[in-house]
Amino acid sequence: MQYLVSVIDDGTGPDTPTEDAAIDVFNERLQAEGYWVFAGGLGSPEPATVIDNRGDEVVITDGPFVESKEYLAGFWIIEAPDLDVVLGLATEGSKACNRKIEVRPFL
Amino acid sequence: MSLVDVREAIAQAQHKEWARVVASLTRRFGDLDIAEEATAGAFATALERWPTDGVPPNPGGWLTTTAKRNAIDRLRRENKREDKHKEAQMLHDDDPPEPLGAVDDERLRLIFTCCHPALAMETRVALTLRMVGGLTVPEIARAFLVSESTMGRRITRAKDKIRAAHIPYRVPSAEDLPARVSGVLAVLFLVFNEGYLASGPDTDPLRHDLTAEAIRLTRLIRGLLPQDGEVAGLLALMLLTEARRTARVSALGELIALDEQDRGAWDTALVAEGHRLVRERLAASAAGVTPGRYQILAAINAVHTSARDVRDTDWSQVLALYDQLVGLDPSPIVRLNRAIAVAELDGPQVALASVDGLEDELAGYHAYHATRADLLRRLGCSQKSRAAYDRAIELAGNTAETAYLTRRRDQLG
Repeated sequence: MQYLVSVIDDGTGPDTPTEDAAIDVFNERLQAEGYWVFAGGLGSPEPATVIDNRGDEVVITDGPFVESKEYLAGFWIIEAPDLDVVLGLATEGSKACNRKIEVRPFL
Repeated sequence: MSLVDVREAIAQAQHKEWARVVASLTRRFGDLDIAEEATAGAFATALERWPTDGVPPNPGGWLTTTAKRNAIDRLRRENKREDKHKEAQMLHDDDPPEPLGAVDDERLRLIFTCCHPALAMETRVALTLRMVGGLTVPEIARAFLVSESTMGRRITRAKDKIRAAHIPYRVPSAEDLPARVSGVLAVLFLVFNEGYLASGPDTDPLRHDLTAEAIRLTRLIRGLLPQDGEVAGLLALMLLTEARRTARVSALGELIALDEQDRGAWDTALVAEGHRLVRERLAASAAGVTPGRYQILAAINAVHTSARDVRDTDWSQVLALYDQLVGLDPSPIVRLNRAIAVAELDGPQVALASVDGLEDELAGYHAYHATRADLLRRLGCSQKSRAAYDRAIELAGNTAETAYLTRRRDQLG
């Protein structure tokens, strides 16, 4: 079972060196214990570009598709047997990156 | 066997076997939704068959077998499982009959799943009442003062989330256990209350099955967590309340208020057990452990059940405990109950002033109007009292309570 573990930035701004170090430790643990599938960090949503090619011609829009104070700042994809395991990991992950975290199962 | 007897047998089986059947099917099929639908289907089949075939000698076994067949049929129809091996497993149930202890754990597992912290509190309560308590969606909707369709959606969404997010079907690990217990206790307290003051015009005013079930499950959790003060507190609270059960409703089906009860009819064994638990917690408080709300509520009930006559009630002790409770939980219902103690100490006028301040929050709550009606009656304001009784009767869902309120209203001069 795979879960998307999203990091939510609600105005915290870029990572501090302490947060980066804690995230590294957390990532190593995920890899060592076999939970790791993939992970990535994202910058602020300002440089985003939205493409919509559902109509006759492609529409390209500068900026994120939702304007929100909270945005996705990064994510992990975690392989775990059930939600309790992911919630335990996400609790540690939230502490490590010092941000709110959302857990969602993949289909 | 008459149709009435059959219906009675089905109602009994529903109270005794529902959670067992749901728990056993959930373990077997790994899906709460299938377990619930198949269990409900088995009871519907019983309703069709038992009047002609008679009630089977082992209703629980019959229901479990019927529910399992029903689940397999459903799975085939919905074509949810294509794995041939799994299907073969489903068709050949080689499981040995479960010893009672294992079944009890199975139900506990069901409770912890229904009370999972990833579900909203209101969802946990609703799901537990449906899956463990076997209440119908309309009954639960009524207990929560929401529409049936809202409640139905809430339960469906919860089952979908449990399935999609893989919320596990097990008793949590020792380290997670304490944190998971308070949610379970809140749910069990609500189940107990539904039994203690059952809703629905066609429901017995007291549903001993639900209070007994809540007590049984609370005892189970106490066995798992003997050091947890709130588990002990909730168990004591339930026992001291249950002890008064038979004294609480008259032969005519009317609620008898605490001050009018025959205290000789209280169950002395339950009172003694409840008092023992409260003393255990008082000793812990004296040693510096801060009591939680269930322990305080149990202590309040211990004061009431220690008075051999209502006139011996130590109201200042009751009020002191309510003050402690308000500090912990300043909810309007706690403040309403505190006002009842105030009325005994400082008179109905003072109590009425604090009750009237709760109108915005409690206008839809029958006990608010019943309390006001009683205070107004004691102050000699018959007309206002009558209006408050009318409103309380309108809102009360419990048949014994309605009868009691009606009598009090009709006694007004």
